[in-house]
Amino acid sequence: MKKVQEDSSRRAALKTMLRGAGLMGLGGAAWGGVADGLQASELTIRPPAALKEAEFVKACIRCGSCVEACPYDTLALATPDDRTAIGTPYFKPRTTPCYLCTDAPCVKECPSGALDIGKITENDLLNINKSKMGVAVVDQNSCIAFWGIQCDACYRACPLLGEAINLKFERNDRTGKHAIIEPVVNRELCTGCGLCEHACITEKPSIVILPVDIANGKAGSHYIKSWDKNDEKRINTTKEKSAVEANTAEDYLNDPESLFDD
Amino acid sequence: MINIIGRNRFLIIRRSVQLLIILAFVASSRWGWSVLKGNLSSAKVLDSFYLADPFAVLQMFFSGFVASSDLIIGALIVLLFYALVGGRAFCSWVCPLNVVTETAAWLRRKLGLDTTTDNIRIKRNIRYYVLILSLLLSFVLAYAAFEVVSPIGMLQRGLIFGFGMGWAVALSVFLFDLVVLKNGWCGHFCPLGAFYSLAGKLALVEIKHNVDNCTDCMNCFRVCPEPQILKNVTKKTSLIDSGECTNCGRCIDLCEDDALKFVLKNLKNNKNEN
Ligand code: SF4
Ligand code: SF4
Ligand code: SF4
Ligand code: SF4
Repeated sequence: MKKVQEDSSRRAALKTMLRGAGLMGLGGAAWGGVADGLQASELTIRPPAALKEAEFVKACIRCGSCVEACPYDTLALATPDDRTAIGTPYFKPRTTPCYLCTDAPCVKECPSGALDIGKITENDLLNINKSKMGVAVVDQNSCIAFWGIQCDACYRACPLLGEAINLKFERNDRTGKHAIIEPVVNRELCTGCGLCEHACITEKPSIVILPVDIANGKAGSHYIKSWDKNDEKRINTTKEKSAVEANTAEDYLNDPESLFDD
Repeated sequence: MINIIGRNRFLIIRRSVQLLIILAFVASSRWGWSVLKGNLSSAKVLDSFYLADPFAVLQMFFSGFVASSDLIIGALIVLLFYALVGGRAFCSWVCPLNVVTETAAWLRRKLGLDTTTDNIRIKRNIRYYVLILSLLLSFVLAYAAFEVVSPIGMLQRGLIFGFGMGWAVALSVFLFDLVVLKNGWCGHFCPLGAFYSLAGKLALVEIKHNVDNCTDCMNCFRVCPEPQILKNVTKKTSLIDSGECTNCGRCIDLCEDDALKFVLKNLKNNKNEN
């Protein structure tokens, strides 16, 4: 009799535990879903020297110190309607770009390490031009310079003029006697400050800042530049195994039969 | 007049503290004052040292990021402070959402909603599960899971930096507390409150009930946001030593018979007192 009682009370306890676990699972799934919806859009532009997006949202304690430190009111903490990780700092270059303060007050004020001063330090000196907030991308269809109309607003706005943006002269085939002066961004040097996007004169900017991870492609390590001595060295150091052994490849080429279906 | 002030003594002091803290942050963000810079998640005090929200730092840790030493030390200072004065002193003396939920509770009493619509029953200990869940989710999602949905965060950032749609969240909490569940958010769900309940379990500042003065008027039960902790009131002289007490002092304000007061727990004698 006692055993039966023990059993049923144990079963009751088990049931409560199961129900609790179920409820937590339910709550967790719903919460996770909502939280993920409120999470960072990949298109968010972060302050200078920010860690990679996934690390950044972990590290940032959402204190707003960077926002307060910025003398240009560039930065804001995301509110629920900004569709990015709530409470984290971001900026919209078209509205207010980052003016690349040489003393980087935003980075210095960050207590959490989400803005990592190491990323913009070179030989123990602060170099804000090493920032990588994003990269400027030109829409050649709407940029009027590509139409042959003279405009170099972005070029002149760029703090790294002549480095991050250059002008490329092309022949204007339409008129036959003018030049087309195209703005061309150097992705290695562009800081993503957005001064160009801010300055762009078209109705909707024809040069926009995109996060580096979105804008940049990747060729893959199996492409090697044979004309670049340094890059060519990778042939010897590569760890990747070729999918096809050298002699099977040869056999394959010498055996035309294998080209036909049986 | 004197009586009105006297009977709201702690309420007035608490509201002033809550307001001054937010004002100090606003002053820093608008006019560059350096008393308190940042917000309730992390603040720099007098340009010299940091304070940080220990629960946020803990979530950060679970998400797989070891916070900077500034933040860890800041969080420990805050934790130690609340461990001594009673963790949920944060709730009633600092948290801005407390103003919202207490207003809802007050309106609820005024409108007589306490008795008529309070028909859903939810256990108050659910908040401890929410607390565990926030840490588990921080681990799974790899970011501080409560911080991204926290109505406290949205409200305080809203007050300091501007709201966006953040006010809608505070309004939902208000309405939830008003028409759905008495002390709904703070008393049942808030994981930060739960965290501080645990942190303040052994606090030194507590409320003492003296049964000899008590006339069973039940004023304290009506106004306490956590009435379950008053289990000994009207029965025996004792300390109200539950971590869930927010040390708001509202019961003291409303007790007309001097049967409740703040005491410093005397570590040696407290056996005899109990
Ligand atoms: S570098 Fe200067 S302008 Fe740019 S975000 Fe930081 S403080 Fe603002
Ligand atoms: S200062 Fe750092 S931790 Fe604070 S909001 Fe800015 S990035 Fe986040
Ligand atoms: S974002 Fe534009 S202005 Fe800024 S560095 Fe890049 S090209 Fe120049
Ligand atoms: S329970 Fe939560 S919301 Fe309520 S006062 Fe405490 S910390 Fe603030």
